[in-house]
Formats: sequence, C-alpha cells, structure tokens
Amino acid sequence: MPLDKERLKRVPMRELSVEERIKTFNEVPLGYTEEEAIKEASRCLQCVKPFCVGGCPVGINIPAFIKAISKGEFEEALKIIRKANIIPAITGRVCPQEDQCEGRCVMHKIGDPINIGALERFIGDWALKHKSELFKVPEIPKKNKQVAVIGSGPAGIAAAADLAKMGYDVTMFEALHEPGGVLMYGIPEFRLPKRIVRSELEYLRKLGVEIKTNVLIGRTITLDELLKEFDAIFIGTGAGLPRFLGVPGENLNGIYSANEFLIRINLMRAFEFPEKSDTPIKVFGTVAVIGGGNVAMDAARSALRMGAEEVKIIYRRTEKEMPARAEEIRRAKEEGIQFKLLTQPIEFIGENGYVKKIKCIKMKLGEPDESGRRRPIPIPGSEFEEKADIVVLAVGQRPNTTVTFGTNNLKLTKWGTIWVNPETLETSIKGVFAGGDIVTGAATVISAMGAGRKAAKSINAFLSKQ
Amino acid sequence: MPFRILKKKILAPSIKKIVVKAPLIARKAKAGQFVILRVDEHGERIPLTLVDWNEKEGTITLIFQEVGVSTLKLGLLEEGDEIHDILGPVGNPGEYVRDQTICVVAGGVGIGAAYPRTKQLKELGNYIVSIIGARSAELLILEEEMKKYSDEIYITTDDGSKGRKGFVTEVLKELLEKGRKFDQVLSIGPPIMMKVTCDVTKPFGVKTIVSLNSMMVCGMGMCGACRVTVGGETKFTCVHGPEFDGHLVDFNELMMRLRMYKEEEQIALEKFKKNILVKSHASG
Repeated sequence: MPLDKERLKRVPMRELSVEERIKTFNEVPLGYTEEEAIKEASRCLQCVKPFCVGGCPVGINIPAFIKAISKGEFEEALKIIRKANIIPAITGRVCPQEDQCEGRCVMHKIGDPINIGALERFIGDWALKHKSELFKVPEIPKKNKQVAVIGSGPAGIAAAADLAKMGYDVTMFEALHEPGGVLMYGIPEFRLPKRIVRSELEYLRKLGVEIKTNVLIGRTITLDELLKEFDAIFIGTGAGLPRFLGVPGENLNGIYSANEFLIRINLMRAFEFPEKSDTPIKVFGTVAVIGGGNVAMDAARSALRMGAEEVKIIYRRTEKEMPARAEEIRRAKEEGIQFKLLTQPIEFIGENGYVKKIKCIKMKLGEPDESGRRRPIPIPGSEFEEKADIVVLAVGQRPNTTVTFGTNNLKLTKWGTIWVNPETLETSIKGVFAGGDIVTGAATVISAMGAGRKAAKSINAFLSKQ
Repeated sequence: MPFRILKKKILAPSIKKIVVKAPLIARKAKAGQFVILRVDEHGERIPLTLVDWNEKEGTITLIFQEVGVSTLKLGLLEEGDEIHDILGPVGNPGEYVRDQTICVVAGGVGIGAAYPRTKQLKELGNYIVSIIGARSAELLILEEEMKKYSDEIYITTDDGSKGRKGFVTEVLKELLEKGRKFDQVLSIGPPIMMKVTCDVTKPFGVKTIVSLNSMMVCGMGMCGACRVTVGGETKFTCVHGPEFDGHLVDFNELMMRLRMYKEEEQIALEKFKKNILVKSHASG
C-alpha cells in the first residue's frame, strides 16, 4: 500500500451507539471484521527496528503478528502473540496502548498510529470463535516441580501460563469464588465481557494449570505451609484494600467503595437482581463518583447502565491530570456523564441514614507534587453542596497484606507493598517471588502481566539451579 | 472440592444446624472466626460464624436462622446436597485469656456464635458465667452445650416461656449492681442486644467485647461493605474484627448499615416465596 492519504488514517472501529449503550452492559467497541483487520494491518510500515515492541510490557513481536494478519494468516498471528501473551482478547481491550506500543508507533509522526490494540483483540476474539482446534496444547515435557501461584488476576495468569509452558506443575489459588481477579470483579462487562475472561482462563487450564478457588492464602493456608509443598511460589495478589477519604458521613448508606460497587455488579451480577442474582445494589437518582482514574470511569458508566438519572464525576484536579485513559473519558462524556472538576468532597450529609448531599470545596492547582501533577489546593470559603443519592469512592487502593498472615519473614516496604529484588522479583523469602500491584501499588493489567512473566523467568532460573 | 452437607438438624423453628465437609477450613478454624458462604450460583456472599469444627473428620458446623433469601435457600438444602462456595476461616480469632471471670451474654441465633468462644474460654481455665436468651423457649438453642461449658448459667425469654421473663441484659445489670465482678463481658447476638450490653457495663467499667455481624461481601478486606466506626476510626469487620471493644463501637451506625437493603431484601423474599409456591403447585 502506498503512503497515500488513506494509509495515514486508522480503519475506524464500529461502536455501539450511545442510545444503545446506556441501557445495557453490552460491549461498546465492536471489534474489527476480517476485512477491516487486514486493511488496518496493511497500514503497518514493518519497521526494521520496531519501537512498538519496546513499549510492550510483555514484549509481543508486534510487527510479526501484524504482518501475519495483513496476509490473512490469523492462526499464525495467534501463535506469535501467544508466545508472549496468552490472553490477547483481554489485553487487546484493556491495555493503555496509547501509552505503550501505539504511543511509540512511528506512524505518529505522519498520521494515526497503527491500532495495535484492536488488531490484538481481533486475533484474540478470532481464536475464541475457533476454539476447538486452536486451543489444543502441545505435549509439554514435565519438570516434576511444583509451583504455587497466589492470585488469579493478570500477574498470576501471566506467571502461571509461562511456568506451565516450561513444564512446571502449577497450582493457582484464588480467594474469591471465581478466578480472574480484577478482570472478573473490577473491569465492567461493557469494557471486558466476562465470557471472554472465562474463555481465556480455559486456555490456562488446558495448559495444565490447576485453579483452586475459595482459598485465601494467609487464612485458609499460610505461605509457610505452601513452602513445604511447593518448590517455588509466586505472589500476585494485587492491590485490594480500598481507600476512603476520611471525611465525616462516609459510612452513610448509599456510599460505596468502587471495589464494592463493581464487585456487586461484575462478580455478583447485581444487575440481574432479583431474578438471577441474590445480591442487591442501590442505584437511583443522582450518582456521584469521586475520583478521576479508570476505576472512576468504570463506576460512573456502570451507574448509568444500572439506571441512574444522572451521573457526575467529582475530581479534585482538572481533566488534564486525570489518570483515566483518554478513550474512557471520551466515552464517559459521550454517554452524558458530567464532570465536576477542581472539586473535593469534605463531608457527606445524610437523611434517615442515607446520603443526600455532598459538601464540597473548590480547588485550584498549585505547584507539581511528587507525582509530577499539579497539587490541588482548597480555596477557602468556596464550600458548596452537590446532590447525591448514591456515592462511589474511587480514590485508590492500598495493598492487602492478608497473604503475609502466619509468616514472619516476608519483608514489606513502608507503603505496605511486598519488597522484592528488582532484578529477579524474589522476595525476602528464598523461592518466593512477587509481582504486579502487590509490589508496585495499583497499576495496569499489562504491567502486572509483565511482572508475572519476569517472575516466571526468575522462578525457572531458581529451580533450574536446584 | 465439594462442600457437601453431611448432617442437618432443625434446632428450632427457622433455626438450622448443618455439618459440612470442608477439610481446609476445619484444619485452620479458631474460635471467633467465620466463613463466607454462597449457597448456589446465583447466591450472595454471606458471613456465618464457625460454631464447631472437626479436623479429623474434615468438617465444620454452622448454625443459621432463616431470615432472608440466602438463609432460606440454605435451609432447603438436605444432607448430601452441596453448598456452592465456602471461604474461610476468615476474621481474627478471639483473644485468648486465662484465669479470668468472664460473663458471656448471648441471644437468639447468636448463641451459636457464642458457643465456640465459651467452650474455648472455659478450656483455657476461665470461670464462665453465661446469660443466654431468646424470644421464647422453642427458639432457645444450644442450652445443654452452653451449660456444659459454663460454671453458672442464667436463661431468659422475652415471653417468659422459659427461665426468667425479660432480656439477658437485665440479668447482667442486676449481677453488676449486686457487686458481681467480671474481668470481661463477651456479648454476641443481635446488634441491639450488644448495644444495650455495652450501655449496661460502661458505668461499671467492665471491658466488653462484642462480635459484630456487619453486612459483608468479600470477607477479605477488598470491598469495605462491612465498615464500622470503632473509636472514631473506620474499621472493616472482616479483617479488623469481628470482635471489637464494644464501648468504642458506633452501634447506631452499624444498625443503620444493616438496614441498607431492607427494601431489596423484601422484594427478593416475596419473589422467592412466590417461586416456591409455584414449584410446589407444579410438583403437587
């Protein structure tokens, strides 16, 4: 294809119309057709030194799989991706590609970067459609060594897949009743359909990984007990303790942490209450979501679909400082979610035990803080009230240290995350490795997967020496 | 691993006891801890206190009162049936104390939760004074078991059909007023009973421990549904509790939060009852 005008523009992805979206939890971006995928893949310049690969935390050979798509060789493309990433249908949807592979694409200089995420998703979805033959797993020579993976979210999935492919016997422990971690309980259906998560986990099982649900390491079994039965352990338990603001009225009825709100909807399927789910949720009238990250966008857009009359996002800085992906902010706005910026809640006011109003204060931006973003400063005397029947707090997470219960040797950092050797991801206990949000604090799906892969390599090196 | 019900016993109208195969939980259970249970694939996650456990048999014992859809569904399961999911043990074990005089105040189905702590504290060498109560004689559970591990026992019923007519807290108040000294009061039961227990003991300066029954979802600190104000700070019942210093607990907030889904619970209950009727018509 010549470098004509058409080649500079992305093949657009079809999306569900706003009217259709806000009534259901159906996925918003509809994915490429085969023709669209081939056309988009043909835009790729096939750089000799591809920058995109350097932007991928798991190191997928991006130009190679795109080339395969451009030739219509989808199975070949799948094989290339699977070498580095076993869940392309998931990462193709939730990775912040604009900051990673696509952010480094040379096409940026002259036009639109290649839609790498959409192409990855296309292959992931194509594989799920052609399940039976493509999900066959090659015979893997067994190493007869046991590895435990704690947590079945992105970090654990990546580590378990690589270790199983290397020939280790992998047992994965999940505390909730269904595996998948944040992919299952956190990210909503309209961004990541749960059937896709279940299918991708099916491939993990086919690789020989045994998944045990309802086991909370630290309570049901301790780390020390696991060490007696396993040759190595990977901890990928994520960042699971919600932060609250610590302001008056925060425990009023109708105020949820984003985790609780999303768990009720995604994992417990409260949107099917009372017909097919026994878990209730309250969503009505005006819903206020506090925070500016992806979780805040997810909560706000979920609230809309649950039947809220109006949804507003309250954030203490400006849109520029919002940690959410630009794409998610755009979709939230399209759907009619209001943004109340430079605003900080200072008190929740209730009536008969239920929240009714939020007392807020106006903020202005000062000097940059340690995160590099300009620090919000309250403007004295600017207090005002916002109506809110339901409030969702999406103001971040802290590490959950339950995994350390019953063991004394696991060193933590001053932030409560697990200390690791940055080279190997080994913790202070020999043979125990950790990665993902439990080490870094809340980050992205793909960076956790990158850590899982890195840890798998270290575990292999560690066990090969024995 | 299936969580199979091995034994089922009706203790009182609407109060049932089940013994369930759960070897991993039985191996680790300690008095004061609980499980999170999900009856079937549509079920919500509900907390139930571990009443007893047998490591050798790999079983745990649970007691529950049928008050909502989840417990009604659980009550419909028979011996041989499986419970979809059980997570545990979760929550912190109760504090070990020795050689003290301890008053256990327990009411209703809360006696089931108080029993393992009473047994443990007795075995640790404490002198146990139990005050147990229920709405009526037929609703009083575990009387014999509590007697076995108590040095003294008082029984009350709201209607006077057994023991003394009145509330457990009235007996506690009288004992304290008569100058009876307790090193500790352990109160487990309906929130209002625990609140009144704390009101009674406060002027006497008696340390009072309560075991809270907050609404819960995850049971492992992820969601914060079970948050409660203790000493002016927000705590999670599942990871910081379930036992707290009762004099520091904001009971009004706890009771308010327990009422959060009252409306929804009613809707679900009516739908559930209607379905049961339809089913029994169809089979009858």
